[in-house]
Amino acid sequence: MKKVKIIEVHENVFNSNNVAAEELRHELKDKGVYMLNVMSSPGSGKTTALSKLINILKDEYRIGVMDVDIETSLDAQKVADLTGVRALQIHNGGLCHIDAEMTSKAIEEFGVDDLDIVFLENIGNLVCPAEFDTGAHRNMMILSVPEGDDKPLKYPLMFSVCDLVIISKIDTMEFFDFDMDKAKSNILRLNPKASIIPVSAKTGEGMEELAKWIRAQL
Amino acid sequence: MHELGVTFYVVKDVKKVAKENKVDKIDFVTLEIGEVSGVIHDQLIDCWNWARKKETVTESAELNIETLEAITFCEDCQAEYRTVDYGKICPYCKSENTYLLRGNEFNIKEIGVYDEDDEES
Ligand SMILES: Nc1nc2c(ncn2[C@@H]2O[C@H](COP(=O)(O)OP(=O)(O)OP(=O)(O)O)[C@@H](O)[C@H]2O)c(=O)[nH]1
Ligand SMILES: [Mg+2]
Ligand SMILES: [Zn+2]
Repeated sequence: MKKVKIIEVHENVFNSNNVAAEELRHELKDKGVYMLNVMSSPGSGKTTALSKLINILKDEYRIGVMDVDIETSLDAQKVADLTGVRALQIHNGGLCHIDAEMTSKAIEEFGVDDLDIVFLENIGNLVCPAEFDTGAHRNMMILSVPEGDDKPLKYPLMFSVCDLVIISKIDTMEFFDFDMDKAKSNILRLNPKASIIPVSAKTGEGMEELAKWIRAQL
Repeated sequence: MHELGVTFYVVKDVKKVAKENKVDKIDFVTLEIGEVSGVIHDQLIDCWNWARKKETVTESAELNIETLEAITFCEDCQAEYRTVDYGKICPYCKSENTYLLRGNEFNIKEIGVYDEDDEES
């Protein structure tokens, strides 16, 4: 009969990524670079809101943007056109998320020594990016009004890992049954420490408060 | 899609453990997955069976999955109950003031190697 040799591992599969993320976070901090990871469903308004936010902040800080997209280089180009800041498109080979190792490589390629803030626009997806620490100093996510106030209940992990939840497209409130108070209480129940800022990238409402939140992190 | 991303991590970790233990071919890998981790077992096994062929060390390794029960704790009445049966609402006091104690795990439990030349007995 065959004998079996068992090697006990008992290791969380996400552990190696968490270690790599912690290293990257320290490395960036030592360089004086602050990285923000921006997550949301597809089309919630990451690129639009980021462009507006960067235009408010770009005279105070040196800013760069890295966009992860499965196929095209649309978003990086768009942000660069709208803001004039340096942007890098990361192609991640069709995966549903970006992890710390991929982020590290992108940071190296991008070159961040001359920057104060790097925004990382993650893949539009509410599940997988939440599980992979990218090494960013803060996580923010965007919940847009058309998606509904029940999203925190359906994607709890995403809302639990975020330091800031931006409720976007509030100019469309009148067309949707979106209950702002309910959305806020759903978020805070999962994550009592989360900051919540309602904005419209279209009208500019709330954008100054968002900029203020970023300044307070630096 | 999610399962594929996770599979790469399993492969990476398994390769690392194999190297540390000087094993060049693995026969099985056992994962412990929490009931509410959101991973679909059949999909994960499909992804594994595709990914394992890319490396000699994993190519013949079967994937076993052990499920860990999910338990939720009620802050109001201090009871524990099975998450899969009752979700977020405590079955004893109907409170929503509950949180997951365990059931979210995604661990590599062990890897196994069949020893062909059996010396000891
Ligand atoms: N009305 C309104 N529309 C918005 C607002 N913000 C973004 N949009 C629109 O929403 C659509 C998607 O916006 P994007 O910024 O491309 O969204 P995204 O999250 O970057 O999308 P992906 O990168 O594809 O996931 C565009 O048509 C925007 O014009 C807003 O505040 N109000
Ligand atoms: Mg975008
Ligand atoms: Zn109870």
